[in-house]
Amino acid sequence: MQHIVIIGNGISGVTAARHIRKLSDKQITIISAETDYFFSRTALMYVYMGHMKFEHTQPYEHWFWKKNRIALLKAYVESIDHRKKTLRLKDGKFITYDKLIIATGSKPNKFGWPGQDLKGVQGLYSKQDLDCLEAYAPNNKICNRAVIVGGGLIGIELAEMLRSRNIPVTFLVREDSFWNGVLPKGESQMINEHILEHHIDLRLSTNLTEILPDETGRVKAIKTDKGETIACNVVGLTAGVTPNVDFLKDSGIEVGRGVKVNRLLETNIEDIYAIGDCAEQQDPIGNRRPIEAVWYTGRMMGETVAQTICGHNTEYKPGHWFNSAKFLEVEYQTYGWVFSEITKKDSEKHFHWRHPKEKICITVAYDSHTKRFLGINTFGIRMRHEIFDRWLTEERTVEYVMEYLKDANFDPEFYTQYEHDIVLKFNSEMGTSIAPKKKSWKRIFKTA
Amino acid sequence: MKTIQHIGLIIFLMGLAFFIALPVTGTFNLSSKQFDDFVDQNGIKSERFINDIEQNVVDRSFNGMLSFAPKVTSALEKANAHHRKNKEYKKVIYTKPHDMAAVLGKKAGSGFRVENKGLMWFLTFGLGILGALMFILPNVTLLGKKGIKNNGIYHQNATNRGWIAWMVFVFLVSFYLILYFRPEYAVNWTYLVDPISEWLSGNLAGHWFVYGFMYCTVMVVMAVRMYIKYRHNMYQMVRTTSVLFFQIVFAFLIPEIMVRLQMPYYDFKNAFPLDYDFFFQWNIRSLVNSGGIGLFILVWGIVLTVVVVPVMVYFFGKRWYCSWVCGCGGLAETLGDPYRQHSSKSLFSWKVERWLVHGVLLFVLIMTGMTLYSFFSGSSAILGIKTQDVQNTYSLMIGAVFAGVIGTGFYPIFGNRVWCRFGCPLAAYLGFVQRFKSRFRITTNGGQCISCGNCSTYCEQGIDVRAYAQKGENIIRSSCVGCGVCSAVCPRGVLKLENGPEQGRINPTQVLLGNDPDLMDLVNKQ
Repeated sequence: MQHIVIIGNGISGVTAARHIRKLSDKQITIISAETDYFFSRTALMYVYMGHMKFEHTQPYEHWFWKKNRIALLKAYVESIDHRKKTLRLKDGKFITYDKLIIATGSKPNKFGWPGQDLKGVQGLYSKQDLDCLEAYAPNNKICNRAVIVGGGLIGIELAEMLRSRNIPVTFLVREDSFWNGVLPKGESQMINEHILEHHIDLRLSTNLTEILPDETGRVKAIKTDKGETIACNVVGLTAGVTPNVDFLKDSGIEVGRGVKVNRLLETNIEDIYAIGDCAEQQDPIGNRRPIEAVWYTGRMMGETVAQTICGHNTEYKPGHWFNSAKFLEVEYQTYGWVFSEITKKDSEKHFHWRHPKEKICITVAYDSHTKRFLGINTFGIRMRHEIFDRWLTEERTVEYVMEYLKDANFDPEFYTQYEHDIVLKFNSEMGTSIAPKKKSWKRIFKTA
Repeated sequence: MKTIQHIGLIIFLMGLAFFIALPVTGTFNLSSKQFDDFVDQNGIKSERFINDIEQNVVDRSFNGMLSFAPKVTSALEKANAHHRKNKEYKKVIYTKPHDMAAVLGKKAGSGFRVENKGLMWFLTFGLGILGALMFILPNVTLLGKKGIKNNGIYHQNATNRGWIAWMVFVFLVSFYLILYFRPEYAVNWTYLVDPISEWLSGNLAGHWFVYGFMYCTVMVVMAVRMYIKYRHNMYQMVRTTSVLFFQIVFAFLIPEIMVRLQMPYYDFKNAFPLDYDFFFQWNIRSLVNSGGIGLFILVWGIVLTVVVVPVMVYFFGKRWYCSWVCGCGGLAETLGDPYRQHSSKSLFSWKVERWLVHGVLLFVLIMTGMTLYSFFSGSSAILGIKTQDVQNTYSLMIGAVFAGVIGTGFYPIFGNRVWCRFGCPLAAYLGFVQRFKSRFRITTNGGQCISCGNCSTYCEQGIDVRAYAQKGENIIRSSCVGCGVCSAVCPRGVLKLENGPEQGRINPTQVLLGNDPDLMDLVNKQ
């Protein structure tokens, strides 16, 4: 019986294991040094905030693994010998495999700041990071102030976490507006305002230069490139993540920033695959980045590699891009591609609507020549994934999207709906006279 | 604002302390006139009981129910034992000993609490309501911007099964035990609400009136909390208003007013088999003897269960009843909301749930079958089992212990829907309809789930919502009461309660939306 070994028990590795089990009887072992059982990394923040206990972040009960004959091994893989098909573990033991899946995820970026390894300086990625934060920032007596460095999704989550315990937060963002390398300016501006509403000390266009220790080796302050020194007890480094692949250095497996893979998610070595955050596509797919450190893509790669390993060679072909996040109280969803002013092509035009009072807005991207709908960002309005996926496949025009926008609304019942206001503004800007169609179950379930 | 909350808490605890102290305090003094009237009105023929009471109780002053009640119960028990031994069945008194103590106690109560009902009401209910509102209302500003307000739930003693939760548990369980099994200790509480009861129905309050009034009060106060906590979520606002309306108007006011109009006491929304004694002989008799309105109630009760309930579940799911109308659901969604996270999500609990809830449904159906058989055939037993015994067992074990003591008393420990999930036969019946023939579902939004687990954690019915959502499957579960909180707490907009076409309602998926379209088709159609 073939032995499939998976390094990493995150969403990618676990999805791969589950699908291999569905498709075959192969022996499966998942190795992780982080935790005994799979948990949802994205939910760590809710444990600190007291919404859940850690056990609630585990999607499967403990009996699940035995029942599905997926062996779990808590160990750290030090090196891979691909000629002997053997892994060497930190405790000196060896494990042999027939096929190996590398799904080791990411680690927080550290850009060589002085003091970046002090006590109280941490990222927010692993269970260990959560434990660290609980130790160094249990409340605002022990942690009088925290500084967060890096204005992305994890940074704002960390800020929300600390604020939930009334810890003052200073948020250093390199850009001149929050996440504006990704978000168009209207949206980025709205989130800036929302951050301030939550009493977070937002410092735009500000970089970290140095982290200062106290006599015990713990962080006591930071310095910014504006010459300011800010006293703090915790520093959160949330300036993106990097593939966690250092242990592969001399393994013969080709590594760029991540583990290089082809469309079948194979590495340069036979019978070794890489998926999830740590995989780097040799040629990027469409508008996607070669390394996609996103929950959903990790899962999709797991679904895909299982097919290949079980004898149905399947290329990783993610469909239309989608993603979601939550900025404090504001939910964000995106379908298709909406680029920011910094990254977009000239032919990409945006239509933006924002609620006069509430933190609600949308941006629709379309091609200026063909009027083809390219993508949508929504803040504070939930949208139906299936509908946008279909419209993108059908290459609908932006006018069509406006006309049928009500079909896509996914807000809970009784919520105020804004399609009329949105279309009204669209009409006045574009000189069109679109009347939004009533929601139709028939259209929504057309293909189901 | 914090100070207001602290003062509110102190005021609330003072009200609570007065309320808790009441059952064991006060003097009882039964005059011979009161007792003679009582004997006449109730046609009591047991001279043993009459003598016993006249000698040991009448015109004596008792300090507290603890010394009064045993005299009455022992008198009644001794008298009945004597009459049964001598086969003097006409003299046996069928009122239960503790009910007798409550009835006589109500007449005998004298002193400050009886003469100052309004003041006493203020010191108990009044302070409780005032304090609770002072504790709750500052949250409008303290909770900050509108949005999900679950911060610290697992850090706080009260909501994480700490000692406060256990104290609440002890209070609730004791309260229900008194209500169902020792009503004489509720007598002092009845004085508090006498004026309200007299105003509504013209009668003095019994302990069930205390319960009804308190139920409404607690729901209103805790609904204020719901309005503040979920003010970003219109579904919760509308739903909370709905349960509040049905509790106050249908379960509380209308039955009391009907009594004033010489009509039978009836809650028009309480459907069989939750209303398990609807077909009991005494109820049918009383309805038949009440003329037009009685017959109307009889027909309505049957139509409600056989037609209205399933048709509504077809269109809207069982939520229209369980979390929009039902009184048990109403309390669970207001008083019980802080405890919703305690329902167990394990597969084992789900197995227990299915056996228990369907077991209770079977029990109530067999009991009702026997009842109707006995009613029409006139025989009191079937296969040697007495119908009366089965009814008594159900009333005690299911009606009182399961629905009351465990159902509500265990809120702080096992979550707010213990009864609805494990015991309610109506929920089981609605569940069948919801599972097999309904337009209701919780739609999972394509591939957007990140398995965070908020939905499962806050599902009061113990449904592992995430297990479906992370597979891209819609949630179609007989136990779902449609409270909408999974959808509210989802950080990624994945869940939506909706009523739509039956086709495509159940959508098993292996590979989720967003991945290779060909692979999805290939795998999902296998």
